[in-house]
Amino acid sequence: MTAYLLRRLAFVLLIGLLVATLVFSLVHLIPGDPVEIMLGDSAQRSDVEALRRDLGLDQSLGRQYVAFMAGLARGDLGRSIHFRQPVTRLLLDHYPATLELALASMVVALLVAVPLGILAALRRNGAVDHGSRFLALLGVSMPNFWLGPMLILLFAIQFDMFPVSGRSGPLSLVLPAVTLGTALAGLLTRMIRSALGEELHRGYLQTARAKGLGRLWAVVRHAFRNASIPVVTVVGLQFGTLLTGAIITETIFAWPGLGRLIIQAIHLRDYPLVQGGVLAIALSYVMINLLTDLTYAALDPRIRLEKSA
Amino acid sequence: MSRGAGRHLVLITGGLLVVVVFAAALLAPLLAPREHSSQTLERRLESPSAEHPLGLDELGRDILSRLLWGARVSLGVGLAVVVLAGGLGTLIGAVAGFVGGRIDGVLMRLCDVVLAFPGILLAIALVAVLGPALRHVVVALVLIGWVSYARLVRGQVLQLRELEFVVAARAGGYPPLRILWRHLLPNVLPVLTVQASLGMAGAVLAEASLSFLGLGIQPPTPSWGAMIDAGRSHLLDAPHLALFPGLAILLTVMGLNFLGDGLVDYLDPRQRRLYERSG
Repeated sequence: MTAYLLRRLAFVLLIGLLVATLVFSLVHLIPGDPVEIMLGDSAQRSDVEALRRDLGLDQSLGRQYVAFMAGLARGDLGRSIHFRQPVTRLLLDHYPATLELALASMVVALLVAVPLGILAALRRNGAVDHGSRFLALLGVSMPNFWLGPMLILLFAIQFDMFPVSGRSGPLSLVLPAVTLGTALAGLLTRMIRSALGEELHRGYLQTARAKGLGRLWAVVRHAFRNASIPVVTVVGLQFGTLLTGAIITETIFAWPGLGRLIIQAIHLRDYPLVQGGVLAIALSYVMINLLTDLTYAALDPRIRLEKSA
Repeated sequence: MSRGAGRHLVLITGGLLVVVVFAAALLAPLLAPREHSSQTLERRLESPSAEHPLGLDELGRDILSRLLWGARVSLGVGLAVVVLAGGLGTLIGAVAGFVGGRIDGVLMRLCDVVLAFPGILLAIALVAVLGPALRHVVVALVLIGWVSYARLVRGQVLQLRELEFVVAARAGGYPPLRILWRHLLPNVLPVLTVQASLGMAGAVLAEASLSFLGLGIQPPTPSWGAMIDAGRSHLLDAPHLALFPGLAILLTVMGLNFLGDGLVDYLDPRQRRLYERSG
């Protein structure tokens, strides 16, 4: 286990460095002078030079890189040009909202997928199975940025059940969470169905039935537990995807999270903030994937043996 | 696994949807009832009518015509991404699987690295700095898209290269490239088709997402994602602005996903036969 752990940690460290390097180079990928683009055509010469010095863009590339990495190590990501605040401060302010949305979406997805997936596996090729397959494909094909406005139209404007946008109490969380969770619900339903389907023919299930457990109870108690190991992995990996999916959902619902902040920053050409936001989400994604892998390895000894061999 | 009517229904529905959408895109100049960019400002936001079946948008442009022309953007980007990412991924995967050894190790680590990044965020960041343009969207989507093809093809090649007909070809002294091209790739084609179908669904959705965020193709070229974005500010007074482009995306992506998912079932028995033949 230790060897596996060390190898994973080394890989994550490498990825973290790559993410940081990529984010650093974003500003240098901008065609033209980034400072002039940030300030616009009407900017004063002196302002341009001042900002260039502020951002360290007058230094050599190597020096800028070292300064960027050193700042990152201290948690200093520079100042937002538009908000005139430290980027780290802004990120910390917006992080909880994104996390809340992602968690709520995961709950929505699981509430739909677990019962539907179990039913579909038990009645393979039955009405529920085909229906859930159709719904899953529909969910995966539904663009968030369309589902969101349609939900607003129906449940916020027509029926006035939920707020149109913003973050004001639990009710305001419902529509964004449903929007973001729909695709995942579809994916997880099919995943649970196939993982459970593989377990249904195992001997231990016969044993459980032979000792007198009812079918549903035997499945839930024994087969679902075994089937849940691959499902846990998918849930973990998908949580990272939810964080990035939140970018669009937050934009639709004016949800004050990281994703909306990044899009605002892009349109304001506030590049230090874009860099910080991308870094925050990408590093979270990498960390979540690491945690998922470790959980999987802890749950299933076969994995760590296989990978360290 | 038995294959009931529902399974073929998925494949047929998907295939039909895809054919219809492609036909709409190809025939847009003939089918579009109006010039897609001609404005009738005094009739802006008008609801669907016999004259304008899907209504008029915020500048008084015919929405049906814009949807038809927008199909060219969506499918064009989707196809470009599938061809480029699929070609690149197949090449890398085939080399990794066929050559093996250290080259395989390096290429697969490269895949791990790309997979460790959140894909759509990378695309958003790249397009944000490079500037909103169709070719930047394609580049970004190819950079994140090739990996799934590479891993798929590598896995297939690893399995296939041990089979008798490949061993026989090798024993027959055929050069490796010929074996790869003539014997391995044709057998990978079925699974590659599935992946291409699902991958194109993803690319269409991603392009629409970027356009929705204002990072895709720029006006006046109609794009489904941008049309939804414009429609969002008129949800109250003219919901048809956001409704129809969304349906267009939904039907296109659904068609491609259904097609891919249906093909899996369709191709499964063939794969089993392949192994029977070898064993």
